Amino acid sequence: MAGGKNTAVISVLGKDKTGIIAKVSTLLAENKININDISQTILDDIFTMIMLVDLKDHKIEESDIVEKLNKLGEELGVTITIQHTDLFDKMHRI
Amino acid sequence: MITDFEILETMKMFNEQHLDIRTITMGISLMDCAASSIEESCDKIYNKICKYAGNLVATGEAISKKYGVPIIHKRISVTPISIVAAACGAKDYTPFAKALDRAAKTCGVNFVGGFSAMVQKGYTNSDKILLDSIPSALAETEFVCSSVNLASTRTGINMDAVRDMGVIIKRTAEATKDNDALGCAKLVVFANAPEDNPFMAGAFLGVGEPECVINVGISGPGVVKHALETVKGADLGVVAETIKKAAFKITRVGELVAREASQRLGVPFGIIDLSLAPTPAVGDSVARLLEEFGLEECGTWGTTAALAMLNDAVKKGGTMASSFVGGLSGAFIPVSEDEGMIAAARSGGLKLEKLEAMTCVCSVGLDMIAIPGSTTAETISGIIADEMALGTFNNKTTAVRIIPVPGKDVGDEVEFGGLLGMAPIMAVNNASCAEFIHRGGRIPAPIHSMRN
Repeated sequence: MAGGKNTAVISVLGKDKTGIIAKVSTLLAENKININDISQTILDDIFTMIMLVDLKDHKIEESDIVEKLNKLGEELGVTITIQHTDLFDKMHRI
Repeated sequence: MITDFEILETMKMFNEQHLDIRTITMGISLMDCAASSIEESCDKIYNKICKYAGNLVATGEAISKKYGVPIIHKRISVTPISIVAAACGAKDYTPFAKALDRAAKTCGVNFVGGFSAMVQKGYTNSDKILLDSIPSALAETEFVCSSVNLASTRTGINMDAVRDMGVIIKRTAEATKDNDALGCAKLVVFANAPEDNPFMAGAFLGVGEPECVINVGISGPGVVKHALETVKGADLGVVAETIKKAAFKITRVGELVAREASQRLGVPFGIIDLSLAPTPAVGDSVARLLEEFGLEECGTWGTTAALAMLNDAVKKGGTMASSFVGGLSGAFIPVSEDEGMIAAARSGGLKLEKLEAMTCVCSVGLDMIAIPGSTTAETISGIIADEMALGTFNNKTTAVRIIPVPGKDVGDEVEFGGLLGMAPIMAVNNASCAEFIHRGGRIPAPIHSMRN
C-alpha cells in the first residue's frame, strides 16, 4: 500500500487529567510499539495529544491494540484512536 | 509529515461529520452458473457466491480496524438473473432469489443485488419470467434487491416494460403490504443503468464486467456541509472550490479502502462510486447540505441550481482523487433516507414535481418516495415514463424507486426502519395518463444517440 512504512497515528482527545501521556506510553511500551513523535495541545478546551508511532511488524487489524487503547480511554475518560498513517497521507497529500 | 491540523480534521470527519465508506460491493459473474435445471443452477449460484465472497465481511472489518474508517455495508452484486436463468426452463424464478438470499446470509452481507433484467429494447422470454417473479421474489427473501433497466439513450424507452413495471410495483407492494410495501424499497427501475454500481437497490454486475470485482461506494454529505459552514457568505465560486476539496479527501479514503480490499481479496479493483449518500441520521443529510447554500428549506427555489453545482463539484473533486470513477457518482436524494428531505416533505415544501426537476441534475432519480396505496398502476408507469425520458434524452442515469403503500394516504407516514428510514406519503397528480401508457411500443432513441 501507499508509503510502505508501517506507522500509525494515535490520537487522544478529551478532558485533561494527570497521567494520560504516562499511561498511553506505558501501554504502547508493553506492546512493543515505539513512539516516534508526540505533540500535545489544548484545542477548543479539549486536551489533544497526537502520537506518531512505529508499528514495525505489528498489524493493527490482527492485534488487540485497538481494544486495549479503547479500554484505557474508558478508564481515563478520553477517546483514543489508532489509525494507519496511509490514511492521512492518502487524504492530505497528492 | 502530516500536521496536527490535518489529523484533527480527519478525526472530526469520522467522529462528528459521519464520513464513512458506505459499501464495499463485490461483483460476481454468474455466467457460468447457467444450467438446464433450476435446482442445479441455484446450487451453482449459491456455491459460487459463498466461495468468492466468503471473506468479504471479515476483510471489510479488518480494513475498518486498520484505518479507523467505518465501513457500513459489505454487499454483493451479480449478473442479471434473467440472463443466468434463461437456460433452465423454469416458469418462476423465485427459487433464484432464494438461492441469492441464502448466499447473502451465509456470507454475512446485508444485500445482494442482481435479481435484474435489461429490457431497454425488448423482452426475452426469460426477462418476462423474471419480471413476473419480482413480487414473490421480494416478498419471500430478506436481502435480495431487484432492478430493471427500461430505457437507454442508445435505444430509447421500452414503454411496454414501463407499463408492465407499474403493475409489478403495485403487485410487489401488495405482496409485502404487511411490512408497509417494503418490497418496493428493494426494487428500482432505471434509464441508462450503470453496470458497476455498488449501491443498492440498483447494483448488478453487467455483462462487460470481469469475473469478480470490487467496487466501493463512498459517502459524506456531512463532511461537505461542514466544509461549507466555513465559507458562509462567500460567492459560489468559492463554494464550488470548497466542495471539490472535501470531495477529493472523501474519495481518497474510498480509493485507499478499495485498493486494500482488492489486494487482500485477490480481486481486481473496479471503480469508486463518488456518491453523497445520506442516512436518516442528523448531520448526514443531502437536504441540509443544500440548505447550507442559503436555502430556507430543501425544495424551495434555488434547490435545483444548488444541487446541480453540488453534483458537479463532487465529481470534479472526486475524479482528481481516483482515476477509476463509475457507478452512479453524484448526490443521492432519497426522501425516506434523508432527515432533511423527510422534514421538507413533511412540511409540504418538497413536492414530487420538484424532486423530478432535481433528478435532472443529480445522479439518480425519484428515490424512496412513498405515495398513496390507491395510486393506479398507470399513474406509477407515468411517473416512471417521465423519469425515463429525463435520463434517456439527457444522456444520464435516472431511476425510480417508489413505494405505493397499501392502505395509506397523504398525511400518513411509513416507517421502514434502519437506513431505509421513514417517509411521509407524498401527494401524486392523479389525472389519468392511462391512455398514453396503454399505447405501449417504444419511444425512439433521441437524435443525439446517433454518435457513430
